[in-house]
Amino acid sequence: MKVILNCEQIEQILRDLTGHIISEIPAELDVAVIGIRSRGEILAHRLSSRLSQQLSKNIPCGTLDITLYRDDLNSPQGSAQPQVRTTEIGFDIDDKIIILVDDVLYTGRSSRAAMDALIDLGRPRAIKLAVLVDRAGRELPIQADYAGFKADVAPGKLVQVNFTESDGKDQVVIE
Amino acid sequence: MALRRKSKQFRWHRKHLLGLRELSAEEITYILDTAKGFEQISTRSVKKAPPLRGKVVVNLFFEDSTRTRNSFALAASRLSADIIEFTKKVSSVSKGETLLDTAKNLEAMGIDIVVIRHNAGGAPKFLSRNINACVVNAGDGFCEHPTQGLLDVYTIRKIKGSLEGLKIAIVGDIAHSRVARSCLWAMTKLGAEVIFVGPPTLMPTQVGRLPVSVSYSLDEVIEKVDVINMLRIQFERLGGNPFPSVREYSHYFGLTAERMKRAKPDILVMHPGPINRGLEIESEVADGANSVILEQVKNGMAVRMAVLFLVNQAAAQKN
Repeated sequence: MKVILNCEQIEQILRDLTGHIISEIPAELDVAVIGIRSRGEILAHRLSSRLSQQLSKNIPCGTLDITLYRDDLNSPQGSAQPQVRTTEIGFDIDDKIIILVDDVLYTGRSSRAAMDALIDLGRPRAIKLAVLVDRAGRELPIQADYAGFKADVAPGKLVQVNFTESDGKDQVVIE
Repeated sequence: MALRRKSKQFRWHRKHLLGLRELSAEEITYILDTAKGFEQISTRSVKKAPPLRGKVVVNLFFEDSTRTRNSFALAASRLSADIIEFTKKVSSVSKGETLLDTAKNLEAMGIDIVVIRHNAGGAPKFLSRNINACVVNAGDGFCEHPTQGLLDVYTIRKIKGSLEGLKIAIVGDIAHSRVARSCLWAMTKLGAEVIFVGPPTLMPTQVGRLPVSVSYSLDEVIEKVDVINMLRIQFERLGGNPFPSVREYSHYFGLTAERMKRAKPDILVMHPGPINRGLEIESEVADGANSVILEQVKNGMAVRMAVLFLVNQAAAQKN
């Protein structure tokens, strides 16, 4: 196990991501943050509260469950069986700029599923992808608009993102 | 914010849902938890998700049904499956084709999930042993109606939070009711106490073997229970004269506004439908503030979507 990001570094990345988003998105447009379950959910909450604070307006935050949109549902998945959970988005996504948030961008398959799931909920003005770790190894033509940390990790290794809310501690490790 | 890296050990492994008697509390809870994620599909503008895309579901109904059949059909189409509707009256069964031949022929067309209702208890199990497709029981004889039991506990859990320690009365024609049996299994496994209420002529003869207490007086139990599930008097199944008259039945076992005055203020009134208004339940009660009858129908959609999704998942893992 190797720590690639510690608590301070994650804090710095969140600060940078927030600044980057604010500088790029015109102030008059409606923005909302939606996290992909389950680590994206935590990241989305943190981002939306930072954005709300700095923009002095409420930036709504939601959670997206992408299980029903996965592309591997009909192929044997080894020991991991995805569990369907709830999507909790308490606002209309039509015409909003949606910041889609995940902890790690790797193959791009989760992001593809998330975009399809979002489109079934409405028609956002734009979807922007924000991730904490941008790991090399894309299998689909997808890239992040806001990437915190770029990592080139050997296939077969696992990039594990831990958050205080879920794991007691903020850090990113390679296992 | 709930987090759950630890809760991952459980795996759903059944490609058939034949009854609730054979399920563990953990399996039942898993279906209910899964169903939660399907509820919102019915409320959004695009009422469809793709997990059963390219799969074929056949509604194989040998008995009349509107609610269950439509609910399964809609659930399957919301998951993007294709549906074949099969009814006894307009099929080759009326020409003498056996259940197995019918199913084998349907299977040869490439179906993935059979939803079956049959008047013979055990028909779904028989089918599951003889075909490769997933089998979901939509009611067999007087045995089980598992998705009805599931949607009932789902509805109770959603409103009361949990079934642990609740007292639940199931009232009416218990002997001919597969709903009563499926409810009994689901409710007791989740920690509730069930009381069967009805005239002795409508109690199953072996009721003593079931984990349930029996009462022949609705007036005795009405004050005690948190949930009351009123069964329909199934005139099509009643032979002989199980009770002297409809009026007398209604007098002793009907849920009237008068009786409701003695019930707990937050009692849930349930009914699997279709309702005989004025017989087992008065209209005022069926449409009253404590009634969750339409909520049951709504939740049935989510539960059936979850069941179709899970059996298909189990089949995908096994192939």
